[in-house]
Amino acid sequence: MLRIRNLDVAYGPVTVLRRISLHVNPGEVVAIVGANGAGKTTLLKAVSGLVRPRAGEIALQGREVSRESAERIVALGCSHVPEGRQVFASMSVHENLLMGAHVQLRRGRKDQVKADLERVYRLFPVLEKRQRQFAGTLSGGEQQMLAMGRALMARPALLMLDEPSMGLAPLVMKDIFATVSRISAEGSTVLLVEQNARGALKIAHRGYVLETGRIVLSGTAEELLANRDVQRAYLGREAAAEPERGRP
Amino acid sequence: MARELLVQYLIAGLTYGVIYAVVGIGFNIIYNATGIINFAQGEFVMLGGMIAVTLHGFLPLPAAIAGAVVLTMAVGALVEMLFIRWLVKPSVLRMIIITIGVSILLREAALLLWGNAVRALPYFTGNEVTSVGILGARVSPQVLWAVGVCLALVAAITAWFRWTSWGRQMRACAANRVAASLCGLPTRNLVTLSFVLSAGMGALAGCVVSPITQTQYSVGAGLAIKGFTVAILGGLGNSLAAVAAGLLLGVLESFSVSLLPTAYKDAISIAVLLLILFVRPTGLFAARLTSRV
Ligand SMILES: Nc1ncnc2c1ncn2[C@@H]1O[C@H](COP(=O)(O)OP(=O)(O)OP(=O)(O)O)[C@@H](O)[C@H]1O
Ligand SMILES: [Mg+2]
Repeated sequence: MLRIRNLDVAYGPVTVLRRISLHVNPGEVVAIVGANGAGKTTLLKAVSGLVRPRAGEIALQGREVSRESAERIVALGCSHVPEGRQVFASMSVHENLLMGAHVQLRRGRKDQVKADLERVYRLFPVLEKRQRQFAGTLSGGEQQMLAMGRALMARPALLMLDEPSMGLAPLVMKDIFATVSRISAEGSTVLLVEQNARGALKIAHRGYVLETGRIVLSGTAEELLANRDVQRAYLGREAAAEPERGRP
Repeated sequence: MARELLVQYLIAGLTYGVIYAVVGIGFNIIYNATGIINFAQGEFVMLGGMIAVTLHGFLPLPAAIAGAVVLTMAVGALVEMLFIRWLVKPSVLRMIIITIGVSILLREAALLLWGNAVRALPYFTGNEVTSVGILGARVSPQVLWAVGVCLALVAAITAWFRWTSWGRQMRACAANRVAASLCGLPTRNLVTLSFVLSAGMGALAGCVVSPITQTQYSVGAGLAIKGFTVAILGGLGNSLAAVAAGLLLGVLESFSVSLLPTAYKDAISIAVLLLILFVRPTGLFAARLTSRV
């Protein structure tokens, strides 16, 4: 589905990602965990075409996309739910979802979009209730659902989520992770970036640990959850409490 | 003040007011899509009037107007493609300088093409002396044309933004450009479209007022200031507020003539602009979360 080889990304003179290699198989949920500023967001941005890599290859369904535009990459089947939701605040929930369906509507698939809309409303019933409301008036959790729904409307082969649990109450967080599992069970491939390592690894098949721009560890989710270093660095001491995370 | 006179001033104010509103909305459309204040906005109005006058030399009036609007739209597209499109994250100052440069360029081109003669389209119905009575005042039917066309334009553009696919895409692009490209929207073309649209709106407004106000290569700058005042007064980006602000400014100017020498008329909008920038830079109607455009 996705294969990244020796990816280097820099902002000006500052190299943020160094020789990243990873892959995501069809049907998998792959988690990328790492601390603040490790380069997780940058990695997703490189895949979705928002930043140009300095070197390396990104193959999406066997096709080299590292020089393609963001718009083209969506059409090629990779949707990116950005950090901080980024919903269209001054548009209604329904309109947000229609925007997500743009690549499908352009192909003239109106009926399919209708069915997809029903699917999103089934996954997130609260969105259906709020159809006519401005997205900016939704709660954080609802905005996250909307951002995910909007991405699903494009029928992505690969769905990339950037910290979907960020800033949410524990219960809502749980809900979001459960929905990601459900989306995966319905056949989507998911690349999930999280600071909340426990939540992410619990629903993932495999994972990578990113530390200051390098992949330092990879393995199945179980292996990573059981790994001493991972436990110390990312899972905290008590199993129950999720680390509180502030944000600049 | 006699009632007829009052109505007279009011109607004159509203006439200019709707024009200002249309120019102000032109500012808003581009501002929403790009964050750019396009100081060449007034030149689009000027071009509309001038091109229509020229085309009317050999075409019937409606065709001349349509042609002028289309040609001005093409100029708008060209401006965006030549001067804006290739800039990566330009600073605000740089954008201001570029759009002021474009406005000078267009003005000088118009001077070369048409000289400095003052021109005007013929009255759409009747002539200079035809008038209709409204509440005892006599007004030219062209005033009704101007007000009618501008209001229809505002209604059309509002509906377009709300209910057409392109309109929605432009709103999405305005609301969040990164998210728009992550949805696969053609954000660059949408920016071009915003220039095309506001050029077209400006041109049409330029045509309908040309019989009343006449037109010359240099009218753009004055209109740009009025439109900018209106856009700021309404709170940048909010088109319905721009209409209200436009009418307000028009009427204010019109009544100022009865108190101050006519020469000060144009100073009103500058004064209003400065006042707003000092006192309430978010605009008169700001603060609510509303749908922009
Ligand atoms: N646009 C930018 N220009 C310059 N440096 C940037 C830019 N965006 C991010 N960086 C830097 O790149 C590094 C990686 O940032 P990135 O946002 O990818 O990290 P992250 O793992 O997503 O962190 P977080 O958990 O805070 O979201 C950071 O040191 C950050 O300061
Ligand atoms: Mg991040």
